[in-house]
Amino acid sequence: METGRRLENKHAGSGMTKNEMQIQFTAVSENEAFARIAVAAFVTPLNPTLEEIADIKTAVSEAVTNAIIHGYDGMTEKEQNQVYIHCLLNRDVLQVEVIDEGKGIEDVEKAMEPMYTTKPDMDRSGMGFAFMEAFMDELEVISEPGQGTTVLMSKKLGTLPFIDREE
Amino acid sequence: MEEEFKVIDNYLMVRMPAEVDHHASEYIGRTADRYILKEGVGNVVFDFEKTRFMDSSGIGIIIGRYKKITCFGGRVFAVNADARIKKTLMLCGLHKVIEIME
Repeated sequence: METGRRLENKHAGSGMTKNEMQIQFTAVSENEAFARIAVAAFVTPLNPTLEEIADIKTAVSEAVTNAIIHGYDGMTEKEQNQVYIHCLLNRDVLQVEVIDEGKGIEDVEKAMEPMYTTKPDMDRSGMGFAFMEAFMDELEVISEPGQGTTVLMSKKLGTLPFIDREE
Repeated sequence: MEEEFKVIDNYLMVRMPAEVDHHASEYIGRTADRYILKEGVGNVVFDFEKTRFMDSSGIGIIIGRYKKITCFGGRVFAVNADARIKKTLMLCGLHKVIEIME
């Protein structure tokens, strides 16, 4: 963490340009709320808008839900299934990595198609990746069958025009 | 949690929780289906008054119920949704198949 250098923009109050955070938790649905709130709390020093916070929470929730439902689908030793989140703040850009060590994705492109789901019976909408794409600036999905999945997302904060923020 | 479900005439009213995610959605979907099947209600109203967060799991709940009742002429409504929930619903084009009301 660098200190002693103030940012020129509206985030000047925090006084740091880089910040990092990692969490690890058991892949159970009870932890979905914890995960999105932890990431939202991590970015609060940047004074994000409510809209930005909601975007980040939704995207993290989607990625973590995917890891739990799909990544660790069919794996019996539940307490061993872990989800890892790695957050990096570089000035006003948030990078979030959501990692599972589950079964991986055979066809990443297909999985990312809106409305495509392998679990329609479970009321899954197939909109998870579409939401991550819509609410973050960048999305990358790295996966191989049997090798787990890494979802990389980034979002620049403080880009919304003032008028939108007031809504 | 059963008090979040109420049948009025031919409508099932579902009061959605503060946070609608995968964890919350399984119970809601399962319970709503029980009412639809056993009590034979034709329409479903999702009330988002308490809801401050919803991800695509909420979309899944709505689409799932829509599929179950629409073939019998039933309709799905979303009421008291804040700007954020409305945006999430519209992102999926749900405003074209369900009624979003104040």
